[in-house]
Amino acid sequence: MSFKLKALLKSPWVFHLSTGSCNNCDIEILDCLTPRFDIERFGMLLAPSIKHADVLLITGSCNRKSATRLKRLYEQAPKPILVVAIGECSLSRGMFIHSYNCPLPLDKIIPVDVYIPGCPPKPEAIIAGVVKLIGKVKSKTKK
Amino acid sequence: MAKRTIVPIGPYHPLQEEPEFFTLTIEGEKVVDIDVQVGYNHRGIEKISEMKTFDQIPFVVERICGICSTSHPFACVQAIEDINDIEVPERAKYIRTIVGEGERIHSHLLWLGLAGHFLGYNTVYMWAWKLREEILDVMEILYGNRNNYAMFKPGGVRRDIKDEDIPDVLKKINSIIPTLEMLKKAVMDDPVLHARTKGVGILTKEEAINYSALGPTSRASGVTKDVRKDAPYAAYDKVAWDMIVTQNGDVFDKAVVRVLETFESINIMKQCIFNLPEGEVDANIKSISAGEGIGTHEAPRGEVFHYIRSDGTNTPIRHKVRAPTFMNLPTYKATIIGETIADASIILAAIDPCYCCTERMAVRDTKGKKLYGGEELIRLSQEKTEKLRAKYV
Repeated sequence: MSFKLKALLKSPWVFHLSTGSCNNCDIEILDCLTPRFDIERFGMLLAPSIKHADVLLITGSCNRKSATRLKRLYEQAPKPILVVAIGECSLSRGMFIHSYNCPLPLDKIIPVDVYIPGCPPKPEAIIAGVVKLIGKVKSKTKK
Repeated sequence: MAKRTIVPIGPYHPLQEEPEFFTLTIEGEKVVDIDVQVGYNHRGIEKISEMKTFDQIPFVVERICGICSTSHPFACVQAIEDINDIEVPERAKYIRTIVGEGERIHSHLLWLGLAGHFLGYNTVYMWAWKLREEILDVMEILYGNRNNYAMFKPGGVRRDIKDEDIPDVLKKINSIIPTLEMLKKAVMDDPVLHARTKGVGILTKEEAINYSALGPTSRASGVTKDVRKDAPYAAYDKVAWDMIVTQNGDVFDKAVVRVLETFESINIMKQCIFNLPEGEVDANIKSISAGEGIGTHEAPRGEVFHYIRSDGTNTPIRHKVRAPTFMNLPTYKATIIGETIADASIILAAIDPCYCCTERMAVRDTKGKKLYGGEELIRLSQEKTEKLRAKYV
């Protein structure tokens, strides 16, 4: 495991990005930070800028206006960056699949590492997802 | 003329969880102009709604906004019922009121927490959100999910409230009242919070009326406007409650209105649970005839309005939604200009803006003039489609 990745997995800083979501997933992400769930226990912090982030949490159905910004943000992010798609909208666009403003699912725009389904996923599910992501990266690098 | 600087905020920034883009023009420390650009959240819900049957539409409008996931279906089913003058069973009306008020409690607590966060009071943020979890637990007991309850259907509610759940719910609700009292005292007596919010971002009564501000934004300015009192629906005329109105219109008063409304909501919710009548919860509508209907509901942020036109088939031919933030957003022109840049974030947050509710229209408007007309928007949209197609395919 590279030094960079090892440091990253110890305390992943998350950046949260809404690409046209209904706010529910975003609120559940914020819920993870508040006393009942408190993901700071695991060293996770909400980063104020993508340039400080190790994990990119994406919610929403990627509409036309935010898709271009999403690409730009992904390019700005320091690599390696891990991408987590949260909620049904970012997985498959959910009920917005027929919308004129949501042309492509998220994983056709940028590569995604972990998908967390649910509408909205519960905070427990989000935490479990990020923990699985860390496990996945660790097992990959061991081989 | 002093040197002017433009401060861009957004579209992706830690201030709020939703994407929006503010351009503040400042002279020294004073904000002299503001421009809001939206559209990062547009998903074309009104168009999707026209593809769905009347039974499916409540699920679609629920996903307009996660915080208002009761308000939109509430107004929407009332619009559908208005087409045929359908009478909803009493028990369903009470259950609807319980759902609506529960949402108001968690939404106001959410705002209080975020406002504390913007002011640098992260303790308020953590306390308010911790309290909010209790309300979400109540939601989970009653409706099976923390958000997106899927309780509404035209003609009634989808699920009944079970009697064995009620003791647990009452226990949870009663348990949050003392903590909420404490939080109220902590917020209202704090000298630093007073200094930061009193006399900041004042919206006068005249301005509130001229801008047609809605909900707590208008009630904080002394306008007595509340759909629940003005045109009672569901069970709001059968329970005793007060409309909270304050006079100053500053950020502090907006906070006070919200905190006090939380207590009123708990009051309404408890009265509804105690007086829950027996009977059916669904009127079992078979078909919707041709016609048009409107439905309104006092969402946590103000009046939400739904218009539905039906041609006698099982899908609507037009569905129009107007969310409260759409009316409250222009009040920034009155509140933020002349204030300092440091107060900008709390003033921007004071109306409790909700962009995912608002963004089903894409015409931007600055200083009263339209940047893009309808035709130009369509042309731009088509060009962008072409560009995107070239990029992605």
